[in-house]
Formats: sequence, C-alpha cells, structure tokens
Amino acid sequence: MDAFTTLTGVAAPLPLANVDTDKIIPARFLKTIKRSGLGVHLFDTLRYDANGAERPEFVLNQEPYRHAEILIAHENFGCGSSREHAPWALLDFGIRCVIAPDFADIFHTNTFKNGILPIKLSREICDQLMDDAKLGGNARITVDLAEQVIVRPNGEKIPFEIDPFRKHLLLNGLDDIGQTLQHAPAIDSYEAKLRDEKAWMPAIHVD
Amino acid sequence: MARTLFDKVWDAHVVERLQDGTCVLYIDRHLVHEVTSPQAFEGLRMAGRKLRRPDAHIAVVDHNIPTSDRSLGIAEEESRIQVETLETNVAAFGVPYFGLNDARQGIVHIIGPEQGLSLPGMTIVCGDSHTSTHGAMGSLAFGIGTSEVEHVMATQTLLQKPAKNMLVDVRGALPPGCTGKDLVLAIIGQIGTAGGTGHVIEYAGEAIRALDMAGRMTVCNMSIEAGARAGMIAPDETTFEYVRGKPFAPKGEALEQAIAYWRTLPSDAGAVYDKVVVVDATKIAPMVTWGTNPEAVLPITAVVPNPADEADEAKRVQLQRMVDYMALTPGQKLTDLKIDVVFIGSCTNGRIEDIRAAATVAKGRKVAAGVRALVVPGSGIVKQQAEVEGLDRILLDAGFEWREPGCSMCLGMNPDKLTPGQRSASTSNRNFEGRQGPGGRTHLVSPAMAAAAAVTGHLADVREIV
Repeated sequence: MDAFTTLTGVAAPLPLANVDTDKIIPARFLKTIKRSGLGVHLFDTLRYDANGAERPEFVLNQEPYRHAEILIAHENFGCGSSREHAPWALLDFGIRCVIAPDFADIFHTNTFKNGILPIKLSREICDQLMDDAKLGGNARITVDLAEQVIVRPNGEKIPFEIDPFRKHLLLNGLDDIGQTLQHAPAIDSYEAKLRDEKAWMPAIHVD
Repeated sequence: MARTLFDKVWDAHVVERLQDGTCVLYIDRHLVHEVTSPQAFEGLRMAGRKLRRPDAHIAVVDHNIPTSDRSLGIAEEESRIQVETLETNVAAFGVPYFGLNDARQGIVHIIGPEQGLSLPGMTIVCGDSHTSTHGAMGSLAFGIGTSEVEHVMATQTLLQKPAKNMLVDVRGALPPGCTGKDLVLAIIGQIGTAGGTGHVIEYAGEAIRALDMAGRMTVCNMSIEAGARAGMIAPDETTFEYVRGKPFAPKGEALEQAIAYWRTLPSDAGAVYDKVVVVDATKIAPMVTWGTNPEAVLPITAVVPNPADEADEAKRVQLQRMVDYMALTPGQKLTDLKIDVVFIGSCTNGRIEDIRAAATVAKGRKVAAGVRALVVPGSGIVKQQAEVEGLDRILLDAGFEWREPGCSMCLGMNPDKLTPGQRSASTSNRNFEGRQGPGGRTHLVSPAMAAAAAVTGHLADVREIV
C-alpha cells in the first residue's frame, strides 16, 4: 500500500447521496482475479451509454475532472456490497481521497486498506468544497493528512477528524497484517483457551 | 454491568485491546467464495504467508456460476477462470471446499447455517456484505473486503473497533400474509438505508421470537441494507432445535455444553443500547420497493409517491431520479405495475421455507403470459428437499423455471440478468440501478408476493390471491 501524506489535486463534484458500490463498479466487472485495471469501469453506468460511448454530462468525462484525485459526494457513500473492487476502481482511476458527510462502514474500512483517505465533513462543508471543485482546474484542493486539514483554493483551512491508528497506518503505508502478526503470541494463547473452553466448536474437514 | 448480546459475543473474541480501543478480534469462521478471494490468496502468496487455521474456513462457488445444466462446465471464460482460480487456491492452501458438483454447494449464506457451520456465539466473516444473515443464529457475522479476507486468512483475526448497539424492538404479531421479508423491508423503510451505520442491530420482540430460523435469516440478511455492521437475534429454543442434527454441528454431550453456553448469550435485563427503535408489527402489510434503494418501500396497497410533495430539495431530486429510472408515474397504483421477470432465490429468500411459500401460491395456477419466472434454490440441499416434497413439480407445472443453486439474478454476475427496461419482482435484497442487469428495474418482495406477481403478471397483493 502506498503511503498517504499530502495530496494536491483536482476534486470532482459528485452531488449524489447513497452512491452504492454497484454504481461505483457494477457486478459484471467483478470477474477479474486482479486488483488492477478496474479504473476504466469506475462508475460504468453513469460514465458510458449502452454502446460504451462516454456520457459527456458525467463529471469524470469532463476536463479537468478526468484527472481528478479527490472525489466529493453526498451522504452514505459506498453503501451496499463489500466488494473491495470499489476502492480498487477508484484508486486505479487515480482517486486517493473521497470527501462526504458519511460513508457506509465496509466501504470506509476498505478505502483505508488501499491507501485511500475517506474524510467525513458536514453536508454544508461538502457543498462548499463542491462549489470550489466546480471552478475546475484552477481550483486545486490540498489534503494534508499529518496536519488533518483540507486547504481550499482560497487558502482557508478546514480541519477533519481521523482515527489515530488508521492515520498512522496510512501515513506510513503500513500493511495491517504485519501489524497484527506482532500480536501472534496473544493469538496463540487465545486459541489454546478456545480449544479448552469451546471444545464444542467444530473444526471443518470436508471429505 | 448489564451487557447486550453483541457485547457478550464481542468480549468473548477480544484477543487483545490496543491503546486506542482497536481490538484484535478473533474470527471463528471464515466463508470464502470465488469473487472476493482471488486477490487475497494472491496477497498471501506474494508475502509467503499461509492460512493460520485452514479448518476454520469453508469455501464454495456461488456468485458467478450458471444456474442451468452444469455438466458441460462454465461457458463464460472469465467466470470459469475465477472458479478455477478458487479451486487452485483451495487446493494449494488446504481450504475445505464444496465444489460445483457437490450437493452441499450453494449460496455461502445459505450453506453456513444449513451445514451447522454457523453457530450461536461465533464470530463469522465473509467477503460479502450479506454475511449479516448468520446473525440470525445469535452470532456476530459481518461482511469484509478482500484485504480483510487476507487478514483473516493470515491471522485468524481482524483489527476492529466495537460497533454501537441498536435495538429494533418489534412489538405485536405479524398479520397473515406478512413474512420476515415484509418485516425487514418495513424496518428499513422506517430507519433508512443509513439508519444502522456504525451499529450492530439486535432484533427483538414478539414478532422476532415468532419467526422460524429462515425468517430470522431473511431479517438479519438485510441489516446491511439499513447500513448496519451486522444484525443479530438472541439464540433460543428455535435456534437450538434448528442446530440439532446439522452435519457439522456439535452432537451429544458437546451440543449440550454448547447450548448451556449459548443460553448465557441473550442481552441482560437493563442492558443499554445507543439507539432504540420500536416497530409495530401489527401495522405491517406485504411490502414492495418502488424506487432504487431498499428504503424506497411501501405497502402493496400504496401508490407511487410524488417527488413534488418532498420539501427537501436534495431528497426531491433523488426521488425524481428514482421515479424516472423506474419508469413510474406518481399516483399510479403499485398493483398496476406490469412485471416481465420474477426471481425467487438469493441469500435473502432461497431457503426451503421460501420455495414452499412460492409453491403455495403457484399451485394450480399458471405464470402469466409474457412473464419469465425463475426459481433458484439457495443450495443443492434446498433443491433436493424441494424435489422430495414435489415443489419442483408444482412450480414447473405452473410455468416457473427450476434451476441449479447460486446467487443468480440477485446481482447479475452470471447469465441470469434483466435486459434494459425489464421490470422484475425479486426476492433478493438490492434494488439499486442496474443491480440485476444494466437498465433493469427491480421491485423487492417476499417469495409469496413474487409468486403472486408471476401468476398475475403485475405486482399483486398476495392476500387477495390465496
């Protein structure tokens, strides 16, 4: 996973609530066995018509938003399926930060695991940032994770909250599995206790 | 201190509590399927890691497989590669596996409880959001992404912070014609698609206690549609009876020990919830979704809402988008909506009880002209049982298709899809735009209501048919 420190880039406004993971990446594109290459299908139904031609009205088909690295949306972003293909598609397109009033839980977790920073801000502030984003390429937004601020094009700083543990992992690009394996002795003793106290719990063996 | 069902199961699985409150949470069961696992196995391979405890995992194919005759293999190349990749991975990593031609194959959330692999008091995860289904057993069960799948494979744990507790207290009894599906749709209509975000919902009350395990699984299944991390129902005699005799469940003395433990799990009197919602079951009617998320739901007796009546502009825009996508006219009776396709199946409603409910309506009737009606059993075991009971004959005689088990038209990954503009009555869980196929229009209903739509050719009130 790539570390996330600061990011200055174009932000794309997507003023929709309840953007579900089927919208982010429809199920028909989940047949891959790889993580890469999904960016072309990001928001497939919104982005292309039935013949595969770009819908010019969709934000990511417009300049400068084709190069967006930040996405701003409305409530309950990422609801629905647990598919990590959703953050993979965002990342493959080039999006490293999503700003919304709130996120669905599983999507929220999945973004962190892929070096994407999800930022929760009030609907009012999201709308302000969306107005900034509508100014296009001259209105770049900076996200500084260490300082936990967003810098608007006019220089105004907007603070945001983030879980300290997740911040640490993101800033350093750390893989969780490596972190957890430091607790292997505790897992060993938990398992020893489990075999003793919950002997009824069957191990799975399939003939 | 008085604890909830969730608190008790959580506490029993904390391996270590880190400084900031993040817990290393032990995972008892991990369910694996072909769509969300290949990248996790690849990650293990690249890091030179193994599965910590292969005997805590079970793999099955479900999302991507055809539900027609499978003796010739899988025609779609990408689907076939994904299934073959799973087979290579389970062999290489020693993961227990039910293959495509095993009678126990089926939708991962159907086979867990059915095989006695999902038991009360467990932590259960799977790379699929409908893992919440297993919470009906009194377990803590939730969907995870592929990075967490890899994490569980490597460590048998997850790094998590505890969720908040939410109680949905369902008072009174469900009226005739109403099922667990109608109940959970009504609950989502009441609390909204993000009503449970950050919470684990415990469903309690008279109407929940009265549900059989299939109904409870349907309710917990759709917890994710309310945004909840998980749904749970306290284990009781109904649960214990269900578990008894299941292939992988403990037997004899071990089962008695387990039941003694499971009896300690229900929430203590005086346990505190962060959020409490009371639902009056007696007011519920058979439900149908009209829009493009599960919150857009109404009783079958209602009419299509008028977006112009919504005061909030953002909501009005969203409602209008739904009305347009679904090709509806405000004020139109829901029972006037003609149906092209009926889908009965999925992890929400693919159990034997669901097939029975559909067959009861189908018996002696015919699928309306121009309607395609698919019945897709949730597992090979469900299919066998239905055939023993002659339900397949009833459905086939009525003009339904009787298919092989899998996820099928719930998410349109396999050849079972809506074509653009087609309208379905579906027993699945999501009515998102394009969910059942690009341009498809989905109305979520119970199995009996789906069968009623099949035989009338339009959305229909099952209470007026049987």
